[in-house]
Amino acid sequence: MDDLLAEFVAETREMLGALAGEIVAWEANPDDRARLDTIFRFVHTVKGNCGFFDFPQLEALSHAAEDALADVRAGHRRADSRLVDAVLAVIDRIGVMIGEIERGEPLSEATDDVLIAALAGELDGGAISQIGSVRHSPVTPAAEQRTIRLPVDLIDQVMSGVSEMVLARNDLARRMQSLGADTGLEAPFARLSALIAEVRDAITRTRMRRIEGLFSTFPRLVRDLSAELGKQVFVEIENGEVELDREMIELIRDPLLHIIRNAVDHGIEAPAERLAAGKREAGMLTISARQSGNTIHIGIMDDGRGIDVDKLAAKAIAAGTHTPEQIAAMSREEKIDLIYEPGLSTAETVTAISGRGVGMDVVRANIEKFGGTLEIESLPGEGTRFLICVPLTLSILPSLTVEAGGQTFAVPRSYVEEIVSTAGGNLEFAQIGERRYLTFRDRRLACISLGEALRLERNDDPTLFVILRLGWGDLYALEVDRIFDHHELVIKPLSPGIMKSGLFVGCTQLDDGTPVLVLDVAAIGYGAGLPRELHRPSAITAHAAPRAEREGLRVILFRALDGERRAIAMSVVEQVERAGATAVRRPGPDAQIVLGEDILPLAGVPADVELPERITVLRLCEGGERIAYAASEVIDIATLDGVLKRVNGQTHVVGVTLIDGETAELVDCHALFASQAAHTAGHGTLTCRLDGDETWMRNFLGPIIEAAGYRIVDEGPADVAFVEGDIGDKDECEARKAIRLRSAPGPADGPDSIYRYDRAALMAALLRAGQELAA
Amino acid sequence: MNEMLLVVMLAGRRAVIPAVVVNSVIELGEVTPVPRTAPHIAGLAALRSRPLTLIDCALSLGLDREPTDCRTCRAVVVEHEGHLYGLMVEAADDIVAALAEPGPLGADPGPGWSRVASARIETAAGALPCLDIAALIAGPEEALAA
Repeated sequence: MDDLLAEFVAETREMLGALAGEIVAWEANPDDRARLDTIFRFVHTVKGNCGFFDFPQLEALSHAAEDALADVRAGHRRADSRLVDAVLAVIDRIGVMIGEIERGEPLSEATDDVLIAALAGELDGGAISQIGSVRHSPVTPAAEQRTIRLPVDLIDQVMSGVSEMVLARNDLARRMQSLGADTGLEAPFARLSALIAEVRDAITRTRMRRIEGLFSTFPRLVRDLSAELGKQVFVEIENGEVELDREMIELIRDPLLHIIRNAVDHGIEAPAERLAAGKREAGMLTISARQSGNTIHIGIMDDGRGIDVDKLAAKAIAAGTHTPEQIAAMSREEKIDLIYEPGLSTAETVTAISGRGVGMDVVRANIEKFGGTLEIESLPGEGTRFLICVPLTLSILPSLTVEAGGQTFAVPRSYVEEIVSTAGGNLEFAQIGERRYLTFRDRRLACISLGEALRLERNDDPTLFVILRLGWGDLYALEVDRIFDHHELVIKPLSPGIMKSGLFVGCTQLDDGTPVLVLDVAAIGYGAGLPRELHRPSAITAHAAPRAEREGLRVILFRALDGERRAIAMSVVEQVERAGATAVRRPGPDAQIVLGEDILPLAGVPADVELPERITVLRLCEGGERIAYAASEVIDIATLDGVLKRVNGQTHVVGVTLIDGETAELVDCHALFASQAAHTAGHGTLTCRLDGDETWMRNFLGPIIEAAGYRIVDEGPADVAFVEGDIGDKDECEARKAIRLRSAPGPADGPDSIYRYDRAALMAALLRAGQELAA
Repeated sequence: MNEMLLVVMLAGRRAVIPAVVVNSVIELGEVTPVPRTAPHIAGLAALRSRPLTLIDCALSLGLDREPTDCRTCRAVVVEHEGHLYGLMVEAADDIVAALAEPGPLGADPGPGWSRVASARIETAAGALPCLDIAALIAGPEEALAA
């Protein structure tokens, strides 16, 4: 935390220094919008940073200044001389506080209240002079630190000098080798090498820092924010071990903080709203960083409500920046871009966390200032994705060098998921037309030949595959001829003529000075026809792999519990899993099974057969309906091309066919789902009554109870009753079985008392009640 | 004004490049080819620790010839828009002084040359075309697109 604090102090000091000139200019001309914006950004940033640290005085002061300036920006207030004085006094006061923080002293009790009142315009002439005295109080110089701030150019110069030294040393080494042994130079040469390596390490460290250091502060930030807002947010951080220029880290910190705050505050919904929308109670915030040559991609993705473009458009019209006609002509993407308009926000209330949404114009301005870009994608109800790309002119890129078509190339290591080889003999391939697929952890990955992608030679019998993970989870397998080594390479920009091909992101030199091209693996993958799965990274699974081009129905062949070989259309099978026999309720035609948090009707269970201890369950899904099918084992995947013979007297079987010379019954999916539809339409044998908060129980509990096979009755006796905790015990007697719900988590206050959002326990209780009643 | 000019041999003809823009003239060692790029981009070499994009000037002229042999040619190193380029020519030996200001090319110097030659200069070695470095680097395709 001390590091962070020191950085905060240094950064604020630097901004104060830069601001000095702006303040004078603003004082001279308070109507100067650009100066006003700069000062506004300063107090906004200070306020934002205070969220990290516990400086309530500083936060209150900067927040007050921000409020006042926001009014001026919005045109509600004029920047008169009193306001200017007050703002300047606040900035000086911030300088004093920063000094105190730096020296580790407690913040002095000063006239902050007066300042805040002055900002709010509540003071008259008398108090202004007091402000003046505050303003001109001398700022004591900070105690000298053992750090200096150097211009980046100078470090660049030293860095490239060191790179040249390494090359000169390598040249010397080659020459010494040709001289043969015992030149007497070995010992000094070894010493020189060690020294150069040391200097190189040190100089590299001065500029580079792992982005992890920045990211590691986010989970805590999100935790505090979400607690304050009464939300639940999981943070997933993927840093790809990216190392980034120290300076760049300082530059991206603020934009990232803004975006994360906005995502938690405005993007992710409250738990109840999420549940009502059919989402998990806790929101998911994914923060990732990846290096691609000279660019670092930082993604921030939430699964919240998405940007409300209509509200944004309405605000733009209300603010007069756009006419209704202009808005009507805009696409959704263009409307999303309205978020960059200064002063527009969809937030209804001003909160201490993300302010009034001034964020995005400031955020984009900051990112663009250092040559980066910001992209926003948002789907209503599904979430928002921010992608920040920042350039990296000088960076150490951990890379893997590979060979294809007789040439060496480097692949940024942050993309490399794994290296697999056919040498082990257990790789599984599929061939779809000309495209080869490799099965890797149950996913079929398209193989792309690097030689072919680069129009070099294609190796028709590849043995080595580099599994690459692109942004947002797209995976593919790159076929290469050889894999050399991991290197830490200094990446250099390529000339525009070469960049035009779009296949390379830069070039680098191996230790012997040979230039090596660094591949843009994303461009190669997408260029070779890999589909983009931007919004739904989870959508690509083995089941979604393209089907065989042969005619005929793809089926999963399995052995049913009664010993028959059966086949079922592959398209309806969502998942295959193993389950214990104890999860099965009421074996027979009306059997049900508990899978995770779901109770599903279970087909394929004969009434008179002893269940094995563990069964295989095919999860079938069609049009939102889910059914499980019991099997003893899955045999194979096959294509139906034989003749189907109709059989009589068999329910849920369409007919019999020959697969690989043996008979197999084809499961009648239509009959399966038809019977399930009849089941959910209200023919449940058991009844259930809901006692308590009518709406909540109807809307939240009702569906899952019906799905579990119960029929809901409004009043009178029922088999099972759900009772909310505070309703008297008397009512329970009208039900054969009561399940009590309480509204708070924590230890149970009685038997059958369940926290109302403990879904797993609810499901288990329903199943248990059903079993007890049936017995 | 006695501007110094580097005389190069390109596609069997002599031409000049202003000496002020020339960083150095080198012989090439190992060249890393760059797949899937314009034909006149011969590859990458390194000049100390900086990458050098090699331009095969004969192909850049748009002449239908075999690629220039990296081992026998000379590379004139120039810096253009922040990047280093090696202009591959058959020879680059003489430095001559300009005797007059550059003038118009005059009659069409023939295919390719009209694009890469920006002016005609009288020198101690006779009248020679002055090469336009940007046009050489851009190559023939760029000209077609423009």
